[in-house]
Amino acid sequence: MQTSSRFAQTLQALWRLVTLNRKVTFGFAIVGFFLLMALFGPLIVRGDPTAFGDDILDPPSVAHWLGTNLSGQDVFTQLVVGARASIALGFIAGGITTIISVAVGLVSGYYGGLLDEIFQLATNVFLVLPTLPLAILLAVYLPFNGTLTLGIVIVVTGWSWGARVLRAQTLSVCTRDYVEAARARGEGSLRIIFFEIFPNEVALVAAELLGTIIYAILAETGLEYIGLGNLNGISWGTMLYFAQNGSALLQGAWWWFLPPGLCIALLGAGLAFLNYGIDEVANPKLRKEARPRTALRKVILRLGLRKAAVKEAA
Amino acid sequence: MSIEQPAARDAAAPVLEARNLRKYFPLRQVRVLGGQNVVHAVEDTSLALRPGRALALVGESGSGKSTIARLLARLYEPTSGVIAFRGEPVKPGKGRALRAYRHHVQMVFQDPFSSLNPVHSVRYHLARPLRLHKLVRSKQEETEHILALLNRVSLSPAEQFIHKYPHQLSGGQRQRVAIAHALAARPDVLLADEPVSMLDVSIRLDILNLMLRLKDEEQLALLFITHDIASARYFAEDTLVMYAGQTVEGGPSEEVIQRPKHPYTQLLLSAAPDPDSMLAENGQVKTLPARGEIPSLIKPPSGCRFHPRCPHAMLVCRQRFPERTTFADGHWTHCFLYGDGGAAATPAPTQSSDVSMNDNSVNP
Repeated sequence: MQTSSRFAQTLQALWRLVTLNRKVTFGFAIVGFFLLMALFGPLIVRGDPTAFGDDILDPPSVAHWLGTNLSGQDVFTQLVVGARASIALGFIAGGITTIISVAVGLVSGYYGGLLDEIFQLATNVFLVLPTLPLAILLAVYLPFNGTLTLGIVIVVTGWSWGARVLRAQTLSVCTRDYVEAARARGEGSLRIIFFEIFPNEVALVAAELLGTIIYAILAETGLEYIGLGNLNGISWGTMLYFAQNGSALLQGAWWWFLPPGLCIALLGAGLAFLNYGIDEVANPKLRKEARPRTALRKVILRLGLRKAAVKEAA
Repeated sequence: MSIEQPAARDAAAPVLEARNLRKYFPLRQVRVLGGQNVVHAVEDTSLALRPGRALALVGESGSGKSTIARLLARLYEPTSGVIAFRGEPVKPGKGRALRAYRHHVQMVFQDPFSSLNPVHSVRYHLARPLRLHKLVRSKQEETEHILALLNRVSLSPAEQFIHKYPHQLSGGQRQRVAIAHALAARPDVLLADEPVSMLDVSIRLDILNLMLRLKDEEQLALLFITHDIASARYFAEDTLVMYAGQTVEGGPSEEVIQRPKHPYTQLLLSAAPDPDSMLAENGQVKTLPARGEIPSLIKPPSGCRFHPRCPHAMLVCRQRFPERTTFADGHWTHCFLYGDGGAAATPAPTQSSDVSMNDNSVNP
């Protein structure tokens, strides 16, 4: 009974967090929509995204909602199916990057001394390395190709910034008395780092995670766009790559490159909204006075309904 | 809560003892010439904590009081000197030995607004020491222990407080939780670093009385750090006065406060709004003019560090720190005004009757 009530409490807390702030609500709606699309989209949209068709470069029509590309493949199907690869890679690579940032930042900030100096040096080196050339270099020279390469490139080039921010925050949290009190009662170092210090940095880590996911999705798209991704699979980045290869812009086939580009931009915007919102919730100084509830609320409500409809349809 | 007779003090062997404790903090700076600068936080300090008795450590901010508490809690390693627990010198180390030491020596911090982790509940704070030191076997036993702890620090209804988070508690309630947190490991020694200075004046006495009661009930050896010499008298059997990292005077609280020897203690007392000592002689209000500031501990004054501010400073005070001069009843000071080491040149008249009389004046 207690566990179920705790679960309910967590849900309630989550709901409060989501509705507390408009930016969070808005961002949550967008990101939630894309997540649902990645999860259930390929189940709803039947049809092979790689199947060649007879209609070549058809503009949007009833048969092909977003038209077809140069090989006669259905853009809408590709968009929905490609969401899964793009989002999965972005979230997984972002998550791993954040875990590394957290580990390096907290350990470095807590222990100090030589360990800190070494971690600091590594962090600074990776901070000043130009990311894109390094990413391209890695993507070209890593022995295995495709998605795994992309993931490795993103993690290697993405962790340093977050590690630095978290180290600074850890240095600050370490001076609080409760850390010293934990040491005085006999807690071990790892316990202090992950149970006393880390929970106080959760808001920062959440912001970190969202920022890194944005970075991961953009980096992934960028690398795929220049042809360094897995070209046999379908993702938004490879769609853009083939659109570029097929001179979609010159041929006026806007339906080929615009939808994946827009999706990436929207997802990034949604994550950024979530990020700013969490920042505001965690840092009351950034919070604006609540305005009387207006038309925007209705829009949000409608967005929520739309989300529910998608869920129902699934 | 009666103050024991001086004879009883010698009877009980000290639980925790510090001998010639010294702590220098290196400064993080790059210097091309010369050695590295250090902060001389604590110099050559010895003290003993006995079961059922409280020792007050009095001094200004920055005089090294908290450093001593942290040294005794082994949050810092001493630069030199020995800490002895039950007569056994403690070896510097980590891991199990350190945890065993912390089982016996616990600390209450100054600021209850930062000594409790905002993300953890009261239950978590009290359950951790119980689990760490393996004092409970089951969840149910743990809950019982925690409720008993909360009741002991007079937080009732305990069933409600156990689920609260620090931000839901007042300053006094938080400090009670912090005290319960320190008591959970069933320590022999409690180090209280200015436990009431951050609290509202109206609840200070409650907390002090709570600690006094716990000291008597559990026979705790208590180190009570304060800058308020009046509360030292109320609270502690013995008092130790620190100035700029040096211990300048010590002994039974009544002695030190009624008959301060060291000019610094006299200055400290004249600054305290205590009617008894202000009207000590001839019914006249005595105040000493305070001059100067506490010196820098990076480059402390030579010899007795109080000499730049001392109204009686002599040439010798600059040259070296005086040896300990002892009076009757275990009262001692480091000051050339009373000679240089050994017993005082003019021993004070028999003190025992005075002490008992003063006892009465403290505890009506």
